[in-house]
Amino acid sequence: MNTALAIPAFGPVLPEIILAAGVLALVLFGAIRGEGSSGIINILALVLIGAALVAVLMLPSERVETMGGSFVVDSFAKFMKALTLIASSAGIILSLDFMRRAGINRFEYPILIVLSTIGMLMVISSNDLIALYLGLELLSLSSYVIAAFDRDNVRSTEAGLKYFVLGALSSGMLLYGASLVYGFTGSVSFPTIATTLQGSAGFGLVFGLVFVAAGIAFKISAVPFHMWTPDVYEGAPTPVTAFFAAAPKMAGMAMAVRVFIDAFPGILGQWQQIIVFSAIASMALGSFAAIGQRNLKRLMAYSSIGNVGFALVGLATGTSEGIQGVVIYMAIYLAMTLGTFAVILSMRRGDRMFETIEDLSGLSRTHPLMAFCLAMMMFSLAGIPPLAGFFAKFAVFTAAINANLVTLAVIGVVTSVIGAYYYLRIVKVMYFDEAVERYDAMPSGVRFVLALSSVFVVLYVLFPAPLTAAAGAAARSLF
Amino acid sequence: MTVTAAFFYLFATIAVASGFMVIASRNPVQSVLFLILAFVNAAGLFLMMGAEFLAMILVIVYVGAVAVLFLFVTMMLDVDFAELRQGFLQYLPFGALIGVVFFLELTLVIGAYIIDPGLVRSPAVPIPSPDVMTNTEALGQVLYTRYFYFFQAAGLILLVAMIGAIVLTLRERKGIRRQNISVQNARTAQDVQVRKVPFRQGI
Repeated sequence: MNTALAIPAFGPVLPEIILAAGVLALVLFGAIRGEGSSGIINILALVLIGAALVAVLMLPSERVETMGGSFVVDSFAKFMKALTLIASSAGIILSLDFMRRAGINRFEYPILIVLSTIGMLMVISSNDLIALYLGLELLSLSSYVIAAFDRDNVRSTEAGLKYFVLGALSSGMLLYGASLVYGFTGSVSFPTIATTLQGSAGFGLVFGLVFVAAGIAFKISAVPFHMWTPDVYEGAPTPVTAFFAAAPKMAGMAMAVRVFIDAFPGILGQWQQIIVFSAIASMALGSFAAIGQRNLKRLMAYSSIGNVGFALVGLATGTSEGIQGVVIYMAIYLAMTLGTFAVILSMRRGDRMFETIEDLSGLSRTHPLMAFCLAMMMFSLAGIPPLAGFFAKFAVFTAAINANLVTLAVIGVVTSVIGAYYYLRIVKVMYFDEAVERYDAMPSGVRFVLALSSVFVVLYVLFPAPLTAAAGAAARSLF
Repeated sequence: MTVTAAFFYLFATIAVASGFMVIASRNPVQSVLFLILAFVNAAGLFLMMGAEFLAMILVIVYVGAVAVLFLFVTMMLDVDFAELRQGFLQYLPFGALIGVVFFLELTLVIGAYIIDPGLVRSPAVPIPSPDVMTNTEALGQVLYTRYFYFFQAAGLILLVAMIGAIVLTLRERKGIRRQNISVQNARTAQDVQVRKVPFRQGI
């Protein structure tokens, strides 16, 4: 048994190693320096994420497996990791001013964000079920803690507790499904599962597949496992909500693609039904349930459920074109959601934050530029050309039609029109209602995020080629 | 052979009996103690199956940590167990349902074994035979090599759990008397008073 064990290649894991080693140093630094160190740790965490982003971009584009086949890097992983790191850094930038003013600027926040980011990167690169589960737990556990980060606030602790209990349940389901998949295929490794399963799958395996899908659907808040989303989004501190709406969604969607395309390509027919159902239900719920919402954070929760539904349309095709659609959709969704949350984070007078739609009335007269940016985000989320959101929806719906899922595409378009109602209502409130008092000046970090995402959303129509090409390469690397 | 069987029945009987006592005993502290007894006997059963690593882990983790934690919780929290038992009849149908499900599963497993003994392969057989390598050694062979990545990831998860617990619960409280060792050590003999305390009266 004493076989010589080769040391695995650490090159492909460099981004994770940078983050993990860095975060350990930051924990130590924070513990020694004490409470006053949150400012510098925020900066250092951003530097770490930046370094990891550089490392991700320098990874090779061809498929590399390491760590005994548990860890895989390809163009898809590179692209989704870059998106996740951008989303995480935005989660820190958006929090800088908010946390200080709310008196919860403790140094653990950026540390937990970085730890959660490590989990996301591990999930994106997972090549077997154990790596997937461990990455998911790292990501989820950190998320539960930061949801309850404002621990003296009842709503925040309620959000954290609710997220924790439901999240533990979904982890259990995923684990149960994974054990069934392992039992019926004899392997946890995705490539082996893929070669074992060709054409037909037994009842037990489909059973396991459903449970795995349920665990994943919980993480990306797809219907019918969305119930936690509105409460958690409303209760968590707003920068945390922005982070939840952005980064874990990227990782969760990448995880869904990884599992279904990498591990179960042979039984497309079996999981396609699950994804199609979840996509339709998410799109419908996202459109209808959001109509009655007055709180912007709740509204964004339903909006994110709907958007996940649209992205799942791309996954349901199971084709390279569909995955390209998913990747484009997630990139554009990231910009739109971060931009919207940047505006929500600027609605503040003194110590009080405002979160309802009525508080936006007349924003065009008090803050014309902010109102314009938010209007662009809303038009884009509604899918109105020539803004980026239109192209995102266009990409997934075209893929669905080319894969003979015409009904799905039609339902998608219809729900997207219904959803346009509540996005456009926000524009109406901003431009045609009586103006309320001015808000405080925007913090510089928030302004930076808003400017960047607005520029992306508005100007995407002029330069779509780089994103489309990168997304195409990412999708092709999976097939 | 008979010795093995004797030990098996000894461990199994005590495990089942103490498992029954966990739910039957009126005192929650006794329940936890019976739970510990059940764990120890289960560890004995594992040991007889050649799973010595699992047996030790059961004793260390479940008896050493989890059960002691239970004990602390039941002793520290003022839970009125008599009140908890009030709804016993109310939950009886649901409990009975779960019992029926377990019974059916057991019947299926035993039925399959009677029809074809080859169908149910014993999962208790360790992959490398115990003559070649103990299963602690077998785990050690892969834990830090093949599964090094998972091991590190699990370490990070535990770190998150620790940071999370501190973030959510540690707070500075005013008016607490902390031990100050340097002050204690700097005391001289004049600072200390020795008094004779009358029996049953106190100071």
